Amino acid sequence: MAEDTNRSLYYEFVKGLWEENPIFRMLLGMCPTLAVTNSAVNGLAMGLATTFVLTCSSVMVSLVRKIVPSQVRLATFIVIIATFVTIADYFLKAFFPPISKQLGPYVPLIVVNCVILGRAEAFSSKNPISLSVADASGIGIGFTLALVSLGIVREILGNGSIFNISIFGEWFEPWIVMLLPAGAFITLGIMIGIINAFTIKKTGKGVCFGCSIGYKLQEKLVTAESMYLTPEELEAAKAKPEKKEKKKKEG
Amino acid sequence: MNKTVIRMLLVLTSVGVISGGALSGVYKAAFPRIERHRLEELKRAIFVVLPDAKNYKTLEKNELKVYQGIDETGNPVGIAFEAKGNGFQGKISMMVGIDNQFEKLTGMLVLDQIETPGLGAKIAKDKFQSQFKGLSISPEITYVKNKKPEKPNEIQAITAATISSKAVVKILNRQIKEITETFKLN
Repeated sequence: MAEDTNRSLYYEFVKGLWEENPIFRMLLGMCPTLAVTNSAVNGLAMGLATTFVLTCSSVMVSLVRKIVPSQVRLATFIVIIATFVTIADYFLKAFFPPISKQLGPYVPLIVVNCVILGRAEAFSSKNPISLSVADASGIGIGFTLALVSLGIVREILGNGSIFNISIFGEWFEPWIVMLLPAGAFITLGIMIGIINAFTIKKTGKGVCFGCSIGYKLQEKLVTAESMYLTPEELEAAKAKPEKKEKKKKEG
Repeated sequence: MNKTVIRMLLVLTSVGVISGGALSGVYKAAFPRIERHRLEELKRAIFVVLPDAKNYKTLEKNELKVYQGIDETGNPVGIAFEAKGNGFQGKISMMVGIDNQFEKLTGMLVLDQIETPGLGAKIAKDKFQSQFKGLSISPEITYVKNKKPEKPNEIQAITAATISSKAVVKILNRQIKEITETFKLN
């Protein structure tokens, strides 16, 4: 993590939108992402509910961070998160019953959304309230944007509409698979791929650890490993599999 | 050591008490609204399946609950009840209306279903639901595939969603029988 001097409210907020986007970058909270993004409205409602819970629980966690003994911190965080989730659930049920019905069990399941516990543990339990709010709302809005964009793509292809407004005529045959779980995996995979390709092109940094896909920079193949490991470590990593192969041949 | 234990107890207890208190407050505030939405939805569903009803009253017998529809002059126009059962992917629940003679359905409305979108989920579309209006229930409801229904107790199953259509028919037949046996005598 960067030094205190480099950190500002603005940075903590903006990083959640793109650089550390919980869905496209950190791949956290996949369960609601895959389950409720079959329409843009559902994605938006889920994203906003999660943002509310994330921001409120971050404030509370940051507030109590100095009095909670580390042995019971997870239990405390979960109680705080569950409280706000229940409030969000009642709110949706009371004011937006159709959306609440559509989201079904996925609203109570925000309790176990790892984005929220992840931010509580990694950020707000170590930082003052102002930074925690900036971080949580940035991550929350990033989460919402990702869910809405997935929802829009799936709704257009699967139902021929955006935010329940039909955009194609009668001739459009909906791709039903896009509304089913398979459509969620396909859309998410393609979008992460596009975003990775875009990032590599723009910044020259790949994020795909473990795979050998890379790009050429000044006649040298650059992969994820080669950017994060020193040349010696890279050599060692390359050498190991070769040795094993040799042994197998001898045997 | 002892100090930490006491602190743990204190922190967890107070967090529990505070969030419990906050939740009971929120629940008290939200409950009337939630309940009102539920009742409105129930009323709407009853009036859809019993088009002649202007009001309703709840009847209960042998742990079965039905809603008797009443017109302007106070005469019963039929009864509505909730039918639930297993569909293709999960539970289907429907509001069903029967006339006074227990001979015909006056309507059917799917309240809840999680069938395949675009296929089985068509059971909640008007095209399928309207087939049940005026449908004869003696001896029981049956379905036909890929052709127009000919008998008064037949409906046409949805193409590529026979299992969902069949499930609806099966749930209706079972529950209609139960309701008829319990309530026809009075």
